[in-house]
Amino acid sequence: MSGARGVIGTVAAIAVVWAIDWAGSRILNPYIYRVLVLCSINVILALSLNLVNGITGQFSIGHAGFMAVGAYASAAYTVYAVPLMLGAEASKGGWVAAAAFLLAILVGGLVSAVAGFLVGLPSMRLRGDYLAIVTLGFGEIIRVAILNIDAVGGARGFAGVPQRTNLAWVLGGAWVTFVLIRNLMRSYHGRALLAIREDEIAAEALGVPTTRYKITAFVIGAFFAGMAGALFSHYTYLHTNSFTFMKSIEVIIMVVLGGMGSLTGSILGATLLTALPELLRFASSERLIIYSLLLILLMIARPQGILGRREVSFRSWFSRRRSRPTPAT
Amino acid sequence: MQEFLQQLANGVAWGSIYALIALGYTMVYGILRLINFAHGDIYMVGAFAAYFLARAMGVGTVVEASPLVAAAVLLGSMVICAALGVLIELFAYRPVRRSSRITALITAIGVSLFLENAGIRIFGADPKFFPQVIAPRTIALAGGVMVTNHQIMVVVVSVLLMVALTLFIQKTRTGKAMRAVAFNRDAASLMGIPVDRIITITFAIGSALAAAAGFLVGLTNPKIEPLMGIMPGVKAFVAAVLGGIGSIPGAVIGGLVMGISEYMVVGYISSTYRDAIAFVILIIVLLIKPTGLLGRNVTEKV
Amino acid sequence: MSGPLLSLRRLGVTFGGLKAVSNLDYDLPRGMLGGLIGPNGAGKTTVFNVITGVYRPAEGSILLEGKPIQGRPTNVIARRGVARTFQNPRLFSDLSCLDNVRIACHLHCGTGLADSMFGTPRSAREERDIVIRSEELLGSFGLTKYRDSEARSLPYGEQRRLEIARTLATEPKLLLLDEPAAGMNPQETEALMRLVREVRDRFGLTVLLIEHDMKVVMGICERIAVLDYGVKIAEGTPEEIRRDPKVIEAYLGEEP
Ligand SMILES: Nc1ncnc2c1ncn2[C@@H]1O[C@H](COP(=O)(O)OP(=O)(O)O)[C@@H](O)[C@H]1O
Ligand SMILES: [Mg+2]
Repeated sequence: MSGARGVIGTVAAIAVVWAIDWAGSRILNPYIYRVLVLCSINVILALSLNLVNGITGQFSIGHAGFMAVGAYASAAYTVYAVPLMLGAEASKGGWVAAAAFLLAILVGGLVSAVAGFLVGLPSMRLRGDYLAIVTLGFGEIIRVAILNIDAVGGARGFAGVPQRTNLAWVLGGAWVTFVLIRNLMRSYHGRALLAIREDEIAAEALGVPTTRYKITAFVIGAFFAGMAGALFSHYTYLHTNSFTFMKSIEVIIMVVLGGMGSLTGSILGATLLTALPELLRFASSERLIIYSLLLILLMIARPQGILGRREVSFRSWFSRRRSRPTPAT
Repeated sequence: MQEFLQQLANGVAWGSIYALIALGYTMVYGILRLINFAHGDIYMVGAFAAYFLARAMGVGTVVEASPLVAAAVLLGSMVICAALGVLIELFAYRPVRRSSRITALITAIGVSLFLENAGIRIFGADPKFFPQVIAPRTIALAGGVMVTNHQIMVVVVSVLLMVALTLFIQKTRTGKAMRAVAFNRDAASLMGIPVDRIITITFAIGSALAAAAGFLVGLTNPKIEPLMGIMPGVKAFVAAVLGGIGSIPGAVIGGLVMGISEYMVVGYISSTYRDAIAFVILIIVLLIKPTGLLGRNVTEKV
Repeated sequence: MSGPLLSLRRLGVTFGGLKAVSNLDYDLPRGMLGGLIGPNGAGKTTVFNVITGVYRPAEGSILLEGKPIQGRPTNVIARRGVARTFQNPRLFSDLSCLDNVRIACHLHCGTGLADSMFGTPRSAREERDIVIRSEELLGSFGLTKYRDSEARSLPYGEQRRLEIARTLATEPKLLLLDEPAAGMNPQETEALMRLVREVRDRFGLTVLLIEHDMKVVMGICERIAVLDYGVKIAEGTPEEIRRDPKVIEAYLGEEP
């Protein structure tokens, strides 16, 4: 997007987001409000995992680990560092608290990005299932490590994290994640990631430093997952049980359902998979039985997910789809 | 020293369980390149099948615990799980066999979720107490090491099954065909090997071994519940990768390494780190030898 | 600078126990259109793989403009100016032809990651330049009409052309073509060989071409090396090669 339009778009988006939150907290019932917040957090997670799995073609099954790192790092920052820096000012709310929270989100993202770098390093030597199992191991190691850190509550969970997250923050976070990754995909950096997915050896032969880009994908993906974790930890009770292997699987399914490689697909997948089970309130094991059967059927009938690799754009709803030149024979 | 030997004995017993589960992972992976995520849940079904079989035979009330009953329960649950494995392959995995690997993997995750939640629905979420098919006894070994007769049985049955599996794969026609399919499925098919049937047999054998593991776990830790397969499943997979996935001796070694290291952590560090040690070892091994302990390095042909 | 663009010195490659290439010495002067021929399995593709860093040599060295490149990562070797095609085309088959070429412009892009993610004017400018350059290349290979088609949907011959167009986007000094005419009929082969010569002249390249079919190479290569079982059995002009008894023997039963 060009500079001026980008600025206008961002300002407009911020205005819209605040308006939605203002209206949302007054009009929506608290339950739906909560579902919307969780949807948005999952959208961030799905978008960031899609960058690694769908776009770069790697196979991370430890995404919840990055979320955990971001959640705990930002929560620890808010609980321990912010009072030291701001004193009582921080607990009053208002602009100062908002700025401190923004910083906490960034801290969550950055610490998680460092973890992403470390997890990405083995991609130099390992590929496919072997890399996948390392990401899984990372997620489990992180969880066990946090369980053993007393300062963040260990097995009791981390109590006393101020609840700063609201719909505006998560919508804003999802919007920023989407725009930044979409911009990335419109650049040669993004195409280098696609090239790795398509054919790593050909990409290398054309001068793409594939190892560096794989690590980059892990770092960016981890950054946004950490951000999602930060938003999560300032919203609800914080315990490592929220970041098990099952959470990683849940995010993978969101990405696959929406369509691997499609950003709008990830938004759709995350929204559907968060909202539907919440809104259709079966008894939980029956719900999960149906869910698992649907998952198997989906894989058999439409393995590429709902959108495949296509993107849906608002513009294409209004104008007719750009006609593609058809290959002549 | 005594403490060390004690943890070693516990570790070997527990590692044999991992090894039995890991064998199923590695066999299926060797043939289909599929991480069969549902494998840990088949192990759970094995434990429940044994539970209901034992109860149906009146263990604990009518029937005296005898080796014959135990063998019948073990074989029964192995047969039930073999059938379950075959059904899963037929209805879930076969339709996605030609799809991408991630598709197959998600299907496996779906099957896993299905088994877990169907388990909760059918068996109830609360733990059940596995009947005492064999009465527990403690045996003192040299050096002051105490083991239970259950632990010994775990090791003996595991070793017997592993030897049987190795003989089967090395000596029989079917076993040889299995290796051929693992080596190159298309070539095997061109040579007239009935690939579909071999895959079915692989699932049956792998699932039966998981059922045996479920039974043996029921003996040693008598609390069984529908989600009991998740962690051992993941760790057994890690064991298979650690040993070099696709390699049968690798799975056994990986399982033992995992079991022993977990008990060493419990004995010498803290049981809270138990679930992490497996992954730490795995990551270190893979960074040094990217294909696992016994995996073969191959250069991709370009 | 004088001296050969590429020289291989006592190069050896092994797979397990198999010696796929042994003790290979070879010089390719600048601007030359060289040929590497030999029966199937002789080790020709392996030579390309080792030059481009896909495999590591067991022994010997590879010099590009007099500097060693053996053991360097493939992308670094590409940056030094070596581009190649593959025996089985390795296009980014789900991406459009334009994207295939745009990806190959990577070496000549410089905008930072942050610029791209924030969509700065600088990044937008560079992206526009890439499109222009890529469209030019597609145009000069007659692929404009496929600009937005998935690479996989192209007819086979066009896929091979796209693969060559893509390598040129890296602006190489040395172009390695692995059996570019495989699967083509005589007319297509003829046209392709004309194209290769044209490209060499227009872009001032040095080309090394693998061909399994001797007749094809004879027409266009200026200097030919013959491999058999990983060993160089002859080297010289097409005339010399055609008369060499060892070459005739190696090809006996291979070619009619
Ligand atoms: N990655 C590899 N692993 C094992 N053997 C290989 C590999 N690549 C090539 N070879 C073997 O090296 C020999 C030469 O192959 P290649 O260079 O492809 O021959 P050509 O291109 O001349 O037909 C063949 O015997 C082939 O099987
Ligand atoms: Mg070849």
